[in-house]
Amino acid sequence: MTFPSGTFTPAPGAGRPLRMLWVHARTEATLTLRNGEQVLLTLLIPLALLIGLTLVPVIALPSPRVDAVTPRVLALAVLSSAFTGQAIALGFDRRYGVLKRLAATALPRWLLVLGRVVAGLVVVAVQAVVISVVALLLGWSPSGLLWMVALLALGTLCFGALGVLLGGALKAEVVLALANVVWFVLLLAGGIVVATADLPSGMASVVALLPSAALTDGLTTALSGGVPPLSVWVTLTAWGVGAGVLATRTTRLT
Amino acid sequence: MSESAVEVADVVKRFGPTTAVAGVDLSLPRGQVLALLGPNGAGKTTTVEMCAGFLRPDSGSLRVLGMDPMSAALRPRVGVMPQGGGAYPGVRAAEMLRLVAACARDPLDPPWLLDVLGLSGAARTPYKRLSGGQQQRLSLACALVGRPELVFMDEPTAGLDPQARRLVWDLVSALRADGVSVLLTTHLMDEAEALADRVVIIDGGRVVAEGTPAALTTEGQMLRFRTRPGLDLTLLSAALPESCVVAEPSPGAYLVSGEVDPQVVSAVTAWCAQQGVLAEELRVGRRSLEDVFLELTGRELRS
Ligand SMILES: Nc1ncnc2c1ncn2[C@@H]1O[C@H](COP(=O)(O)OP(=O)(O)OP(=O)(O)O)[C@@H](O)[C@H]1O
Ligand SMILES: [Mg+2]
Repeated sequence: MTFPSGTFTPAPGAGRPLRMLWVHARTEATLTLRNGEQVLLTLLIPLALLIGLTLVPVIALPSPRVDAVTPRVLALAVLSSAFTGQAIALGFDRRYGVLKRLAATALPRWLLVLGRVVAGLVVVAVQAVVISVVALLLGWSPSGLLWMVALLALGTLCFGALGVLLGGALKAEVVLALANVVWFVLLLAGGIVVATADLPSGMASVVALLPSAALTDGLTTALSGGVPPLSVWVTLTAWGVGAGVLATRTTRLT
Repeated sequence: MSESAVEVADVVKRFGPTTAVAGVDLSLPRGQVLALLGPNGAGKTTTVEMCAGFLRPDSGSLRVLGMDPMSAALRPRVGVMPQGGGAYPGVRAAEMLRLVAACARDPLDPPWLLDVLGLSGAARTPYKRLSGGQQQRLSLACALVGRPELVFMDEPTAGLDPQARRLVWDLVSALRADGVSVLLTTHLMDEAEALADRVVIIDGGRVVAEGTPAALTTEGQMLRFRTRPGLDLTLLSAALPESCVVAEPSPGAYLVSGEVDPQVVSAVTAWCAQQGVLAEELRVGRRSLEDVFLELTGRELRS
């Protein structure tokens, strides 16, 4: 094949930051929402729990049951996508050399991180809308939506940082196993399905310090019209900042 | 703008007990093509990854377009085709190229580039379902789409069919003609001879030879012939001029290197007659890079 002279004449330069951010975040969000396993984890399981726990009285809940279940399912949705889904995707992206590829473009590191954060927020927004619609159909009567949005955003950042910490440091298979185990443990014993207050008191004081418990408790308070206590915000911020700082040291490109 | 595109001086890189690169020097003048040639494990990828800013050397100095290879200001000016990988497992070929193109100010047109690389039909195929050769070509597209001044290609033709390989050669020639500097690695001799202005041969992390393909290969001629293995070469050595060296690099394949003139040829055939053997496939020619490598390292370059 011959190419007209001048076809490849150098004209280097970085793209516009907003466009880079938009295309990167859109690509990442699309990939998540197109991936069958991710959709199962981030949407189908939370929806199944929402409907199941609302309609079947397997655990004791104050009624209306849907008002008690929805905040927990929203917290689970954040755990599923921002932490487990993110960690697994990052583990395999590293295996496939994606980070190296993107690091070799003009995309600055801060945009690389920001793009993933925005994509994570978009996915959580999609989850929140779908879960809320189904919950409303089940008779959910929420209040305090602004607090909910703020908590979901902070929860996404916190669990996202934890997900990057896990997915950025270990081998893809190890990440896959650990991310699922942590998901399962936090779901059952991390203050999500069983409220922190209903746990044995020795355990409750420890579990209350977990980000999963903080997010669940915060969302429960917010959606029943209360103001989430300071401890919720502090716990989520502390875990997020701690994980983020550690992750900047441990995250590897491959 | 007169400095070299790449300047590597006495660079060392260790991985635990392994010294992958043991003091490599190389220099790529702007607008030229340099081939880094060597067998598996020679240290080619490690060298390229240091130049591309993926790895920090343990010692030595590296300058790329006059800058530290890790410098962020360098990223838009350099295109990198790593050895293997480089896309999300689930991303479609066209999506990936569009993403990389979005990072550049004035990119090549992604659909055009996909078409050039024969990937139009696979534009909507997820990366992990592309064939190995298609993944290679997508990786090359990503390296070129930003119109870089300098391109690093790590084994750009590994695993490609002859037609795709030819295409990559044409692309490299077009890049060079348009003033782009290219540093590529290969373990294919003909590739280095066909594409490169300069060849650097490395083995065991060290540079064993360096120069233009012509200088490396015309420094003497070769006479080759095949006959019964294991003949005693002392008589032949004695009959040849001082400048000639005779060897049997692999059983039954004999090699005379040095100033090969008609007298040398006649001495060889006379010696064969004395030994009562027939010299088959006797030919005189320029050394190939293959021969140079064999001579320098005592080993064959796998191809
Ligand atoms: N990350 C690493 N950890 C440990 N050893 C490594 C690492 N990367 C490379 N090596 C070792 O360094 C040496 C040089 O490897 P390198 O990948 O640079 O070779 P290469 O010339 O690119 O080979 P190939 O033709 O197979 O691609 C090898 O012995 C390899 O095992
Ligand atoms: Mg290599």
